[in-house]
Amino acid sequence: MTGPSLPTAQVAANLLAARARWHPLEFAFWLTAFAAIWLLPNRHLILTEIAWLGLFALSLDLILGYAGIISLGHAAFFGVGAYAAALLAKHGLINEPVLALIAAGAIAGLVGFATSFLVLRGSDLTRLMVSLGVALILRELANQFSWLTGGADGLQGVTMQPILGRFRFDMFGHNSYVYALLVLFVLFLLARRLMASPFGLSLVAIKGNPLRARALGISVEARLVAIYTVAAFYAGIAGGLLAQTQAFASLDVFSFDRSADLLLVLIIGGTGYLYGGLIGAVIFKLMQDFLATLTPQYWPFWIGLLLVLIVLVGRERMRRWARPVRVLAAKLDWRRPAAEQAR
Amino acid sequence: MLTILFDGIAYGMLLFVLACGLSVTLGLMNLINLAHGAFAMAGGYALVILVNNYGVPFWAALPLAFVVSALLGLVLEKTLYVHVYRKSHLDQVLFTIGLVFMAVAMADYTMGMTQVFARVPPELQGQLQVFGIGMGRYRLLIIVICGALALGLQYVLVHTRFGSRLRAAVDDQRVARGLGINVGHIFTLTFAFGSGLAGLGGALGTEILGLDPAFPLKYMIYFLIVVTVGGTSSITGPFLASLLLGIADVAGKYYVPKLGAFVIYTIMIVVLIWRPQGLFTRTAAR
Repeated sequence: MTGPSLPTAQVAANLLAARARWHPLEFAFWLTAFAAIWLLPNRHLILTEIAWLGLFALSLDLILGYAGIISLGHAAFFGVGAYAAALLAKHGLINEPVLALIAAGAIAGLVGFATSFLVLRGSDLTRLMVSLGVALILRELANQFSWLTGGADGLQGVTMQPILGRFRFDMFGHNSYVYALLVLFVLFLLARRLMASPFGLSLVAIKGNPLRARALGISVEARLVAIYTVAAFYAGIAGGLLAQTQAFASLDVFSFDRSADLLLVLIIGGTGYLYGGLIGAVIFKLMQDFLATLTPQYWPFWIGLLLVLIVLVGRERMRRWARPVRVLAAKLDWRRPAAEQAR
Repeated sequence: MLTILFDGIAYGMLLFVLACGLSVTLGLMNLINLAHGAFAMAGGYALVILVNNYGVPFWAALPLAFVVSALLGLVLEKTLYVHVYRKSHLDQVLFTIGLVFMAVAMADYTMGMTQVFARVPPELQGQLQVFGIGMGRYRLLIIVICGALALGLQYVLVHTRFGSRLRAAVDDQRVARGLGINVGHIFTLTFAFGSGLAGLGGALGTEILGLDPAFPLKYMIYFLIVVTVGGTSSITGPFLASLLLGIADVAGKYYVPKLGAFVIYTIMIVVLIWRPQGLFTRTAAR
């Protein structure tokens, strides 16, 4: 505490601003992602998958990593988004993919808002049950209304119009990747802004101790409903990206395996710093690519083994293994002086 | 009408035997064990293999299914589960989902993806007519066995020293430890016994629920509903919750086959709006 003391509000604002500044590794991350457009032209199909999976995991990170809500049915919103995007395209309601994607996300967000009141009641166990139940109900609905959704066969005959009326979805996934990456980037920026704001900090406070957060004047329920809705919107966009880039939607989008895989993706990358889902998605897809060629049928076994091992080893210990990365990050950090100045 | 009620009761009783171990372990150690269904599946496969491949009589295979699952539970509790009690709920969820996936893949590898059935002895096939109500003999057997088990469990819990220790440990683990009760020991026993019961339930259920490698995933939501609705502080809560769920599910699938799958979810949601902490809970599920 040197220099003239600033008013507390000013200090807080400076600290918030310091938190929000960009780290060099973040630039490196996104530069790599965008460089892949030119450097890895024949990997664009899997890169597209990584992009929507990363977005999906990012949406789970918003509720799990920041607000501490464990969900076993996050695929519900992914599925709603996927079906919404596919149906909008099939029936020509909204032909332009970007608008359709936003609409799909909004629909998923609405579903998220409606179900948030159920999910956010009670203990962890109740939340698990309800989130799982919601996903199962939606899957069953998609199954029953087969005149609309194609039932168990999936929704076929979807033809996507060019993006912005100019860029076609080609079979090598070049345009898909650029499209998915841009969507991911924009939404990431939004999430980053949101989580660096007082709103994001209040979520962390709620996760740490709901009672104390309430005592500080944070309206816990309203904040949780808000972030749950936002996460549902994100998941819906991710689902919409899947449906648009593959021109297909099936009941599989709602499956429990998808929700469980998603947990694994996020856990691999680490929770609560937004990049976890993206890094996890890269690792997960590469691993899947590798293992699935060895034993396609028993792929769940390896997922299960990995989950068990991660828990037995301990996520804390794994975080310590990543210490070299953090040391490097701290060395490269140009935010620190600014943060200290703010005091 | 009465037949549906009867089938529903049989189904509910079966669910109770499948899930009661889970509710006790949850109450005792605050452990969310999503892999409970895997023990049921193990019991079911044990029965099928014993009866179909080794010609063990059905009656002898039932207790053996219990033993197999109980041993499996004992071993896994001692080797793996002990490490996760003190971890967060998220870790427990990840860990037990991992176990489920491994169990599913292993069952798929050894037994194949198709549904399997055990050969049921002829005296258990067909129906009995009692006061003009058609009752499946097999379902009658389920009701008798599960009813007896429920009574037995209630007796053990309320009237024996082990039961009072168990209840003490559920109510307040720290005080129970302070009184010299070996909570870890109680937990191992309960876990093994609960897994055994799940195995027995899985074995009895092969005929009604069907048995395939996806079993632990398919019935996960049922177990969760029984436990959240029934609460963890007694045997009667999960028992009533199971009966409610069983009857509602069977009736729903019979009367409105198209919407049958929604009935239990609707019940789940209604209960949750009405009593967020469960229907029969004394203390809130922690």
